[in-house]
Amino acid sequence: MIEFFTTTNLGIFLLIVGQVLLIVVPLLVALAFLLYGDRKIWAAVQMRRGPNVVGTFGLLQSFADFVKYAVKEIVFPAGADKVVFLMAPLVSLVMALIAWAVIPFNDGWVLSDINVAILYVFAVSSLEVYGVIMGGWASNSKYPFLGSLRSAAQMISYEVSIGLIIIGVIISTGSMNFGDIVNAQKGDYGIFSWYWLPHFPMLFLFLISAMAETNRPPFDLPEAESELVAGYQVEYSSTPFLLFMIGEYVAIVLMCALTSLLFLGGWLSPIPGLPDGILWMFSKMLFVFFIFSMVKAITPRYRYDQLMRIGWKVFLPMSLVWVVIVAFLAKFEAFGGAYARWAIGG
Amino acid sequence: MSIAALAFYLFALCVIAGGLFTVISRNPVHSVLWLILAFLSSAGLFVLLGAEFVAMLLIIVYVGAVAVLFLFVVMMLDVDFAELKAGMAQYLPVALLIGVILLMQLGMAVGVWQASDVAEAQRAAVTPDGVENTAALGHLIYDKYFLLFQLAGLILLVAMIGAIVLTLRHRKDIKRQNVLEQMWRDPAKAMELKDVKPGQGL
Repeated sequence: MIEFFTTTNLGIFLLIVGQVLLIVVPLLVALAFLLYGDRKIWAAVQMRRGPNVVGTFGLLQSFADFVKYAVKEIVFPAGADKVVFLMAPLVSLVMALIAWAVIPFNDGWVLSDINVAILYVFAVSSLEVYGVIMGGWASNSKYPFLGSLRSAAQMISYEVSIGLIIIGVIISTGSMNFGDIVNAQKGDYGIFSWYWLPHFPMLFLFLISAMAETNRPPFDLPEAESELVAGYQVEYSSTPFLLFMIGEYVAIVLMCALTSLLFLGGWLSPIPGLPDGILWMFSKMLFVFFIFSMVKAITPRYRYDQLMRIGWKVFLPMSLVWVVIVAFLAKFEAFGGAYARWAIGG
Repeated sequence: MSIAALAFYLFALCVIAGGLFTVISRNPVHSVLWLILAFLSSAGLFVLLGAEFVAMLLIIVYVGAVAVLFLFVVMMLDVDFAELKAGMAQYLPVALLIGVILLMQLGMAVGVWQASDVAEAQRAAVTPDGVENTAALGHLIYDKYFLLFQLAGLILLVAMIGAIVLTLRHRKDIKRQNVLEQMWRDPAKAMELKDVKPGQGL
């Protein structure tokens, strides 16, 4: 039986399909409750109740929304490019999902343990912009088109600083594999051995860039539903819109996972002595998601020129200088080799 | 057939189809989308060759940056297809002539091509055992061909400066926003609070 799954082509194929389902299905179910949590946190900050009707405490609200989206009619705008119009939300969802192939949840619990894992995630997240551009263009309408241009410009701008921040972590670890990056953060001091301390300013730069990259408030200018009628997705309804929504939230959860892997020690236990495990990874992701929700609730929206200025004139120079600093600190093994963990990493 | 061979034929087919439809699509935006398919599939071919670092760079640089710029430009161009097709018959003979000449030149160039012995030796120098593909590439670029690599970077820098010099012009007649000045404004100096008595006004 085991031989069938490890040697024959069909067996390996079935095994991989099973692993994919094992990641995607829990992810999407968790997403429904994360969406609910997001709305509840947001409501609590504004002293509202939030969703509380469907199911106990409104727990099933996301599933009700899902059914509501799915049974509505798909509207094609006149003159829309139908193929590209339907492809855009699919690209957005698929690109958000395939990045999870290289995300480990525990030591060795990963679908595809490749050498260039972090570059792969970066490459896939740079492809996500195509969903936005294609959707805006194929709608054949002015609002979506302008919205998609703004959104694409924003996503590309913040990708640059995310890339440079990631380079700092790669220099410290000497490897681009997530398993190595997390294991390099293992130390005698628990929480103080993780990368957030040596790479302290970059943790915040990464969080802010991640919010801008995933079009989260306070950088949700492409959507800005109160002013701009939702940017590139104006013409979308029903299931295609749902796919855009899910893609966006999957990308946000991916950013939570990336933050906890790169800076917060992944599955490592914060207190020396306690066992490491998958629960730490999940609680760190939840913690980062909570921060994302709180930022959404308590900050006003940026103006577009401010957003571009902070991306190109503040974040880019800062992260570029940081790469140089980290390279020197790692080369001369400053602070007891806190920046040069090549022996552990790779 | 093994999975690797199957993947190779799939990617190769996609590269060829992508390239073909890039040329024959009537809509320029569709052309760029097909081009992106060709880029992605060739990245897949690189992965099959064991060059995963190059594959990822191909996606990040070409698909993530260059093709996005293509798409931006093409989307914003107002292309009139009827006008484009109008001159077709007139220019076809000239275009065909140029195409045939180019093809002949290519054929002549490839016909007398001989790989030097050095090239053969380089091709044989595959990634050494126990060294990751990325690390091997790094050793090659930063140790062996360090000066050439710096020179390539310098050429790009010159090109970038050239582009900036060509397009940069300072206009004196427009009002500019000084962000630092705005951030350092002092509320005490910028506004004055007055106590307005009822019925009297200021």
